[in-house]
Amino acid sequence: MKKALALGVVIGLAVSGAIAGYFYLQNKGLNEAELEIARTLSLASLRPLPADLSNAVADDPAAIALGEALFSEGGLSANGEISCATCHIEDRQFQDDLALSNGIGTTDRRAMPLRGAGYALWLFWDGRKDSLWSQALGPMESSVEHGFTRSQVAAYIAEHYRRPYEALFGALPALENTPAASPLGSAAQQAAWAAMSAEQQDQINRVFANTGKAIAAFERTLLPLENRFDRYVAALLAGQVPSGSAALTQQEIDGFKIFAGKGACVNCHNGPRFTDEFFHNTGIASPQTPVVDFGRLDAVAQVEADEFNCLGRYSDAAPARCGTLRFMSRDEHLFERAYKSPSLRGVADRPPYMHAGQLATLALVVEHYNRAMPSISGHTELEPLGLTTAEKAALLAFLKTL
Amino acid sequence: MKKIFAILGILALAAAGFVAFKMFQPLPDDLDLATTRATAAGHFMVSISPEDAAYQRNTIHTWIVEIATPDGALVEDAEILIDGGMPQHGHGLPTNPLMTEFLGEGRYKIEGVRFNMRGWWELKLTITAGEISDSITFNLVMK
Ligand code: HEC
Ligand code: HEC
Repeated sequence: MKKALALGVVIGLAVSGAIAGYFYLQNKGLNEAELEIARTLSLASLRPLPADLSNAVADDPAAIALGEALFSEGGLSANGEISCATCHIEDRQFQDDLALSNGIGTTDRRAMPLRGAGYALWLFWDGRKDSLWSQALGPMESSVEHGFTRSQVAAYIAEHYRRPYEALFGALPALENTPAASPLGSAAQQAAWAAMSAEQQDQINRVFANTGKAIAAFERTLLPLENRFDRYVAALLAGQVPSGSAALTQQEIDGFKIFAGKGACVNCHNGPRFTDEFFHNTGIASPQTPVVDFGRLDAVAQVEADEFNCLGRYSDAAPARCGTLRFMSRDEHLFERAYKSPSLRGVADRPPYMHAGQLATLALVVEHYNRAMPSISGHTELEPLGLTTAEKAALLAFLKTL
Repeated sequence: MKKIFAILGILALAAAGFVAFKMFQPLPDDLDLATTRATAAGHFMVSISPEDAAYQRNTIHTWIVEIATPDGALVEDAEILIDGGMPQHGHGLPTNPLMTEFLGEGRYKIEGVRFNMRGWWELKLTITAGEISDSITFNLVMK
């Protein structure tokens, strides 16, 4: 009887070993559930760029060409030198490697990389814009970025880009001798704006919005790039053993398992852009005390009041198609110091991290998640992870494959 | 000999169970995924279906809700409030969905639903028709 028992145990172990081995070989180190998560994170599951119905020229080649030129046009700034490309540098993943960016002044948040922004439901760290074209208007009138006004933008377009503009959007209004004017500018600029007729204001707003629409058309062409993790997953999905530039080390694979499992990173950094398109308080320190930046909390009212939002008169979308804005959440408890989950593609190559560059290295980011300190204002959604040193190293190694 | 088979059986089951546990670990195993169910106090029978069956995580989409009384009469004058979230994460929906249209024949349109994470979601409908109010929580699993 003892023999039979021993035999039973041996055969039993062999069976379970075979099952485990089958799953291992089948998935090259990832179990079925992990492989499924890996698939959802890889470029293999990137859906086609969704249409932007609020921008009639979103995919027009002529608008893309005009937008590309405007993206690095210094003439759309107070000193003739600042353009989008100043802070969104092509060779640097369309960001600038700085904690805070330098335009006419210094920004209070970090410049965001732009690849894949055409997929975003909300723009900026706090999502105070609901389309790429409306977003592009912000920096032009920001006193610390381009330091320009909408009337100056319109006048500059009329002088330097009349032909391509009119081919796309029709005849420009008369804009000679327009003063620097904006409802958001300095006291003098606001006064100049108030002195204009409603019709003049509308004409300028329209040229301004169209300028944003051309820039947005160009930005939509900036798509996420394939990384080592994508190649690894593609090989697994094709039933191949990942090798060469598709191979991941065992440590990187272990790191992925933590990302998708114990670390729960995949909750917020999900899908092929590694973002859930939503806002979370993760207990990141505030660069200012007392806190002046409340993140999403203040942005809800801003995007709602924005005359350039999806429901506004400069949008090309029928109101019914403005779902992002119409069904926007207003959860005040959740939104205090909540920021958009950023994409993690290319993340190892662009320190510093977080919305104001608070963390200098990726290792500090991992440490931040492992500790999950309480938030200085609002409530962090994180809980301490209890990762071992080896697990932290693995997670870090995985992030570097992105 | 019988005992050996019994032991083998148990071991094989354990191995299979272990693999299954690893694969489905995050979801409770008694999750009721039915999309036609009676409300908590039994006042209504409710069916939900996505307008586009191919809806994906992180896209804003629409659900159609059909409401009847237990004896099958379609409910025409209901108000529906929508709530929900992820019980295992302790958070709500990332949007504020609304019932936007009565489509006739007991059917209602709910717009603005978005699920931003993988896993188990609850979609809770509170239905009021005339004097009667009742609620139902549907379970959904996002890939
Ligand atoms: C002075 C530096 C600077 C300039 C110039 C600048 N940006 Fe930015 N950009 C930033 C900063 C900083 C943020 C984040 C700001 C915030 O969240 O409040 C940002 C955010 C963005 C985002 C949001 C991305 C996302 O994922 O939400 C886009 C898109 C963008 N900028 C495009 C542009 C365009 C287009 C221009 C030119 C019209 C431009 N930027 C000019 C610094 C700059
Ligand atoms: C609750 C949602 C949530 C979870 C869970 C989460 N993140 Fe984040 N992540 C965010 C948000 C939000 C930010 C931006 C925070 C800020 O700047 O205030 C961020 C920022 C980051 C950044 C910086 C990217 C950049 O460009 O600055 C990295 C790297 C990162 N997360 C990695 C991880 C890892 C690794 C995990 C798992 C251990 C994880 N995240 C878990 C929401 C989350």
